[in-house]
Amino acid sequence: MRNAKLVAALVALTLPALPAKTHKLKPDEASRQFQKKLPKDKQALHALDRLTFGPRPGDVEQVRKMGVKRWVDLQLHPERIKENPVLAARLQPLESLRMTQAEVVRSYPPRQLIVAIANGREKLPDDPVTRAAVERLVQKYRAKKGDGAQTQDDVEPKTSITDILSGDQIRTLRTGTPAEKQQLIASLPENTIDDMIIALPQPQRQQLFNFVPVDVRRKIMLMNAPQSVLNYDLSEGKLYRAIYSNRQLQELLSDFWYNHFNVFLDKGADRYLVPTYERDAIAPHVFGNFRDLLEATAKSPAMLFYLDNWQSVAPAMANAKAKRPKQGRGLNENYARELMELHTLGVDGGYTQKDIVEVARCFTGWTIKAPRMGGGFDYNDKVHDKGEKVVLGVTIPAGGGKEDGERVLDILARHPSTARFISRKLAVRFVADQPPQALVDRMAAVFTKTGGDLRAVMKTMLDSKEFWSQGAYRAKVKTPFEMIVSAVRAVNADVTYAFPLANQIAQLGQPLYRKVEPTGYSSANAEWVNSSALLARMNFALALAQNRIPGVRVDTSHSGADPEQVAKAVLFEDVSAQTRAAIEKALAENKKPVTPALLTGLVLGSPDFQRR
Amino acid sequence: MTSRRFFLKSSALAMFGVGAAPAWLSRAAWAADAPSPRKKILVTIFQRGAVDGLNMVVPFGDPHYYELRPNIGIPKPNGTAQGATDLDGFFGLHPSLAPLKTAFDARHLAIVEAVGSPDPTRSHFDAQDYMESGTPGRKATSDGWLNRALPVEAGRRSPVRAVSVGSALARTLRGRNDALAINNLSDFQVRDAQSSATFENMYSGTLDKVLNGTGRETFDAVKLVQSIQKQTYVPASGASYTRSRFGQSMQQIARLIKADVGLEVAFTDVGGWDTHVNEVAAQPTQGQLSNLLSDFGQSLAAFYQDLGDRMADVLVVTMSEFGRTAKENGNRGTDHGHANVMLVVGGGVQGGKVHGDWPGLEPGKLYEGRDLDVTTDFRDVLGELVTRHLGNREVATVFPGYQPKFRNLLT
Repeated sequence: MRNAKLVAALVALTLPALPAKTHKLKPDEASRQFQKKLPKDKQALHALDRLTFGPRPGDVEQVRKMGVKRWVDLQLHPERIKENPVLAARLQPLESLRMTQAEVVRSYPPRQLIVAIANGREKLPDDPVTRAAVERLVQKYRAKKGDGAQTQDDVEPKTSITDILSGDQIRTLRTGTPAEKQQLIASLPENTIDDMIIALPQPQRQQLFNFVPVDVRRKIMLMNAPQSVLNYDLSEGKLYRAIYSNRQLQELLSDFWYNHFNVFLDKGADRYLVPTYERDAIAPHVFGNFRDLLEATAKSPAMLFYLDNWQSVAPAMANAKAKRPKQGRGLNENYARELMELHTLGVDGGYTQKDIVEVARCFTGWTIKAPRMGGGFDYNDKVHDKGEKVVLGVTIPAGGGKEDGERVLDILARHPSTARFISRKLAVRFVADQPPQALVDRMAAVFTKTGGDLRAVMKTMLDSKEFWSQGAYRAKVKTPFEMIVSAVRAVNADVTYAFPLANQIAQLGQPLYRKVEPTGYSSANAEWVNSSALLARMNFALALAQNRIPGVRVDTSHSGADPEQVAKAVLFEDVSAQTRAAIEKALAENKKPVTPALLTGLVLGSPDFQRR
Repeated sequence: MTSRRFFLKSSALAMFGVGAAPAWLSRAAWAADAPSPRKKILVTIFQRGAVDGLNMVVPFGDPHYYELRPNIGIPKPNGTAQGATDLDGFFGLHPSLAPLKTAFDARHLAIVEAVGSPDPTRSHFDAQDYMESGTPGRKATSDGWLNRALPVEAGRRSPVRAVSVGSALARTLRGRNDALAINNLSDFQVRDAQSSATFENMYSGTLDKVLNGTGRETFDAVKLVQSIQKQTYVPASGASYTRSRFGQSMQQIARLIKADVGLEVAFTDVGGWDTHVNEVAAQPTQGQLSNLLSDFGQSLAAFYQDLGDRMADVLVVTMSEFGRTAKENGNRGTDHGHANVMLVVGGGVQGGKVHGDWPGLEPGKLYEGRDLDVTTDFRDVLGELVTRHLGNREVATVFPGYQPKFRNLLT
């Protein structure tokens, strides 16, 4: 977003009319910074800043005690790290994250299933709340399909809340304190809760949302809109893993590779396809082989749907059978183009428009069984282009089938441009926006030598002098996701309801799973520094520290009142002179008492905390 | 960025110290720096979900229209509230858009028919993306055409030159030029005044090169926006915005324009147009489309009325990702189609006229046998506005790989 700054700096160098002075380091000075070794006492913090979602209290000491090298090595082998039991407890209620695709569709019915149920082709679900929600949607569908004369009342539940709860109980629900509401709900048997949720009108149901335990919250969401549970589970799962997992580098890389092979959650069926995509196609491969990761994404229904390959058919097929061309039929180049530009070679990786067409022809027939009903990968030989193709100079003979696409993946995964492109992208995330070329070259050489062993490439980077240099230290501005999770970790917050944090991340400009373009989010500093987003960071910092975010509890009562100490407690190093001066000024003016919580909020919103 | 910070340091705002600049002074400061006494302003509105252009501006003179739409066609102008509002004997406005007739008669509303994207996609997601990036068929474009449309300017730029009204920065405004997402003018601030001053000190003092410049601009923008927001707003000439999100968005844009804070481009959107079922109920002025168009037309008319003479500097343009099928479906609705209609409102338009080439609705003329065909690329319309209204001559960077053909929409 703020590439403007870079461009402006470059323009300033070439146009004499503009001031020639620039704040950017000269190239030789920048490269000197990458040669300068980071002092030993900063290494633990640097490692935590880069390989985790931010240090928690005590982490720096623990890494020092273990030895930075050993700690890094452990992060590269997550299977050797004992997982945090809190994480398992938080993930437990998020059922959709453990389901198969078909189960996801059954449990959170999409429109297609509602229509099928309305037409008697499918049965109603068994779970009472899901059943009630589906019945309501079926009625709505019928009402809409009819002449539109039916009103909203017709689709509201028939049972009244007065048949379920006593007058006192209803009063508590309406006007009770949060504690009273919580107590009431805790005292009700599960089937009464089910009946109550089904009977309450939507606005009243929604009012309970922030007070109830997680299982009741899920029932409320299910009743409101079954599909919303999926987005909720995905975001909560990602946040809990980022906040609580001891396997921090693995989580960070899962996020990195999801973003590299980005899929937009709200594109049609992708809502149903993303949970299994992240879990089964991305996560298992982050320390594995790039070729395997590439194929897992290529064959994932989520990607096939997102980049339209599931509809791509041989050009000759498009008009052959149908008298009237079916919409969207024909060769679709979208996946082929992004596969080369974004997933493997990079935009300057040496391919042509002709290559895009040839690659698209190779992937014709790679499709999905019943995409809107949660089907899996399917190869349809009938629509595959059987002709000869030439991809980046390699001839793929005529008469092939599914293996044509697999050949393309081989060619791309082995290509030197891919080794460079992937290595550079990792170095931009983990080292600096302008990583030293020599480092990228060494990583690329290892990528090529090992046939795309991603752990080996990471290790090369993490063993490099450039990674442990002054040039890399605090060189990155946190993305919104990183900022929010690092703040939660820095204050050791207890998170029992993570979704409000996802809303905050969206406010800061990075809605989880909702990057529309296949490019994914940028990790460049300039991207995240704009006025609205900065204000949102400051407001979030104050809200977090002052316990104004539902589901997140922070205890700052022991932080004391010394600004320097409060700052160090969350920054894990000394606060800058400018930030300290601003806080001291606030203390001196002392219009209203500066509490430890406010102090903490000010530090979390300060420029110091925006870097890692 | 040096230059920008230099200018900011020497600005009147900084001289008065933190928080001390009176509102009128900060506002005047931006206005004084503008290259022309008043900047040209482009307001873009996206109708998300693909509005049915054939029922929004009704081709009642095309004989095939009523054959294709026996149940949901809007009747010819017939003197009743259910008939189309005649524009030129061939086209008419949907009756719920009647408030726009005033602007049309004043020659301040131009309509472009059969306009759309050359890309054949009927996916909302892809088509919106292409229309916002300004690069049909190319998914990886990371910035939007409206951001690229901002003219390159020497000197100080207003911190509120580009505003997207909504909770997130619109795709079309993302890019190298700063753009603000403002959901509501009153939300654009640090919620606690004392902390705001402390943060301002931190961000203007920091040695962090990336955060310092933007930090300063942020607090300048906050002061500007808050100075506007604190006054109660009474729309001029009795203009009455609807209370919907769209109506309120249009009112906020009007406030920003009238406050003279240096706004150049604004964006907002309005959804719900995906009318597969019950698009038109028993009467043309009933059903989903009519409800949406009433809100849309009334808010647009209020904006036009509210701005009055200021419309001389302002253009409003509307767009939607694609049109809908020429033939109605079995559910009193329409499905995803191809070409659509765009409205351009402003003092500088060749208004009172329906522009574009009407390809006709006869079976042989329909795109893929089912949809109105595109005869004007949407970039032809936008390219002309960007070049001739905003004064940005670099149309090749706004719409890379495309040479817009101007349709003489402006005077």
